[in-house]
Amino acid sequence: MLGRILLVGRIAVRDLRRRRIETALLLLALTAATTTLTLGLVLRDAAGDPYQSTREATGGPDVVAGVDRHAKLSDLEELAGAPGVIDHGGPYPVTPAKLQASGRTSDVQAVGRDATPASVDQPKLIQGDWVSDGGVVVEAAFAKALDVRVGDPVTLDGRSFEVVGVAVTAAMPPYPGGTCIVAVGCASGATPEVLAKLPPGLLQNPGLVWLTQADVRRLAPDPGSLAYVMNLKLADPDEARAFVDAHSSEGLAAPRLESWENILEGVTELARDARILLMIGAWLLGLLAVASVSVLVGGRMADQTKRVGLLKAAGGTPGLVAAVLLAEYVLVAVVAAAAGLAAGSLIAPLLTGFGAGLIGGTGTPSMTMSTVGSVTAVAVGVAVVATVVPALRAARSSTVDALAGSPRPPRRTGWLIVISARLPVPLLLALRVVARRPRRVVLGVVSIAITVSGIYVALVLNAFLTAQPLAAGVDDAQAELLRQALLAVMVILFSLAAVNAIFITWATALDNRHSSALARALGATPGEVSAALAAAQVLPALAGAIVGAFPGGFVLFHAINAITGGDSDRATLPPLWQLLALVLATVLVVAALTAVPAYLGGHRPVTETLRAELA
Amino acid sequence: MSNAADVSVLRARGLRREYGKGEGLVRAVDGVDLDIGAGETVAVMGPSGCGKSTLLHLLGGLDRPSGGEVWLNGRRIDDLGEKALARMRRTDVGFVFQSFHLMEELTALENVELSALLAGRSPRAARRRAGDLLEQVGLADRARFLPSALSGGQRQRVAIARALSNEPLVVLADEPTGNLDSAAVLDVLQLFERLHESGQTLVIVTHDARIAATADRMISMRDGAFVDETRLSGGTTGQLGAFVGLED
Ligand SMILES: Nc1ncnc2c1ncn2[C@@H]1O[C@H](COP(=O)(O)OP(=O)(O)OP(=O)(O)O)[C@@H](O)[C@H]1O
Ligand SMILES: [Mg+2]
Repeated sequence: MLGRILLVGRIAVRDLRRRRIETALLLLALTAATTTLTLGLVLRDAAGDPYQSTREATGGPDVVAGVDRHAKLSDLEELAGAPGVIDHGGPYPVTPAKLQASGRTSDVQAVGRDATPASVDQPKLIQGDWVSDGGVVVEAAFAKALDVRVGDPVTLDGRSFEVVGVAVTAAMPPYPGGTCIVAVGCASGATPEVLAKLPPGLLQNPGLVWLTQADVRRLAPDPGSLAYVMNLKLADPDEARAFVDAHSSEGLAAPRLESWENILEGVTELARDARILLMIGAWLLGLLAVASVSVLVGGRMADQTKRVGLLKAAGGTPGLVAAVLLAEYVLVAVVAAAAGLAAGSLIAPLLTGFGAGLIGGTGTPSMTMSTVGSVTAVAVGVAVVATVVPALRAARSSTVDALAGSPRPPRRTGWLIVISARLPVPLLLALRVVARRPRRVVLGVVSIAITVSGIYVALVLNAFLTAQPLAAGVDDAQAELLRQALLAVMVILFSLAAVNAIFITWATALDNRHSSALARALGATPGEVSAALAAAQVLPALAGAIVGAFPGGFVLFHAINAITGGDSDRATLPPLWQLLALVLATVLVVAALTAVPAYLGGHRPVTETLRAELA
Repeated sequence: MSNAADVSVLRARGLRREYGKGEGLVRAVDGVDLDIGAGETVAVMGPSGCGKSTLLHLLGGLDRPSGGEVWLNGRRIDDLGEKALARMRRTDVGFVFQSFHLMEELTALENVELSALLAGRSPRAARRRAGDLLEQVGLADRARFLPSALSGGQRQRVAIARALSNEPLVVLADEPTGNLDSAAVLDVLQLFERLHESGQTLVIVTHDARIAATADRMISMRDGAFVDETRLSGGTTGQLGAFVGLED
């Protein structure tokens, strides 16, 4: 048994090494899919876990309550005594201010805290010490964005302070996702045009800093302008939402309450959006990878049949033969899974960004066993799905046929042959190329359709993120991050589609070696044959692009909306000219990609090919 | 000889084709002079590897010589571009190969009409011509069969019908019976005899003495060069148009 496994492995490895370029392309296609899948899975865990550990380390509140004027302080004190509340911190005064650090200015909300540690929400210091008079502690994500460190001098509304610490909290999502406490209100993620229409004095993307209570009171123009915030600990944290519902009242001046689950959602919102993008990307890429592998396997089977014959003649059972063929692709899939996991975990931190504001969020997002398992399973699954049919077919083929090396006979698609007789020579030959391998053409159409519908969705999302970041619930920095995730998926999608197009043309040119040579012996010019090989790719690409742009992208977009619960009415669908341009661009790109293989296929010396057929 | 040159359909002078270089240089065709008159049938014989196929490819413009000249119907073809060569093959040359070289996914009829379609005939004319030719090679009842459903001899007859599709000046056949059993050889032999009688110019490379015996001339080749030439008695010329529908 062991000996047999070793034999299978040895034959498989040798065959892979014999065909380096194909193996490399295959590896590339699978790695693209596994990388994206890894990113999607890693981001799922990226934000949730650090928030929980931050909550534990800081005595995170179950409910945060705020009032925006001094007069309502009594309401907060009432809440502290409400049933179910077992502990509280504050109320703490909060004032808006302008912070200047090393030439950069930003709005902040400054919270006045006691020098002694609080039992609820004691921000966890990452660097330095807790607040003291004249010393400011900066929220970690904000500190990172501003690039300030312990010991740096800063000014708040013109007064000098020194950064004494950098800390994380679970009472507010990290910068730039912070909630608004102060009376003047905040604008997060607004474009300059939108800001111009808003009332002046709004804080723009305020960061969070902690000072001593005395310092905060000194910053406030008058005591009546101070807002207050209080952190509540409940007997049962799961009751937080119910508590918020029970104690919220309408009215502008009423205390605003926020449950910890709400804060968590704010923290993970970006990760969730990016993750959905990546998961959809991973699906599209997975489908493309199946197409790549199928084309490759189909193309290789032709010259593998001879080896199969040899194996069988040497006494290999059909099972052994199928095992060798499967082993090759499973081996590539396992390597691709490892490469994708490595690449994914390297890229993930670039896409999370907000991680600095939470404990454990600064490093690499966690790589769990379930992620490793899922990615490997998907990669191997793709390889098996694409290989199993040809492998079984080869294993069952008769030994004599296989030894004769007769490649898979071409299909006869009668109606295409009849129609093609009426067309000019290049199209006549092109349709017959298509008619010979309908399955491969379908794969080509599907591959292009998937890519184009992916690009369609990217166009919609990009337009949406550009036009209405506020409506999308994200600020500038987040929009930028999402756009990067989108771009990453698109680049990979596009590369894989390009690899596919090249695969398919290459396999087609090889497959049509004989008929191309024969057509030329019968008087077709090299130009006509090249044009036919190119048209046999470009026509399906045109069909794929149309299917992908018109029904495909629309359906995919609405499917995404259904999954994410998004509101598709707010998005503008791409205008017709953009879709037409997309179709045209796709056709041009495919034409460019196929030009070289098609040219070579049409200009191969005729006599050598016809002679080789005799051997 | 000088007389024949005036009316020669095919003419070669100092024709050479070399493969490789240095130590590995192979002179596949080495200084061949040849004149083939209209309606003449010439058989080329010789041991394996002596350059017969290569010569045929050069004469039909499938391959380019390393040196020397080839004229087809008075027009020099060795210096033509690929495109012009293709056009020339389309109308002036019909090839018949040892391994038939039919398109497997096309029926007999579609294989025969392909040449005419490539030459720009209308689909209807191409189909009618293909039907006529299949009838003449005795395969009217097999028109809709795929090559895989035909015997070797039948496949070769389809290939011969295809070669005749555009009424070529010359048919070049490379061991047309090499893959056939003796019953099938007889069928093909008869077909060539009738072609010959109808006045079709033919060059046949063959190992089969029976085929060679139908020719007007038999040329022996060795190491890329002609070593012997025999004019056979009983060679006929004339009766142009009695075959392959040339009369209409
Ligand atoms: N592409 C090539 N590269 C190198 N040498 C070649 C090539 N094609 C043919 N040859 C050589 O040229 C010589 C003539 O080959 P050719 O096929 O014309 O012989 P042939 O007389 O037709 O033989 P056969 O009767 O076996 O068909 C042979 O020695 C062959 O090895
Ligand atoms: Mg030969």
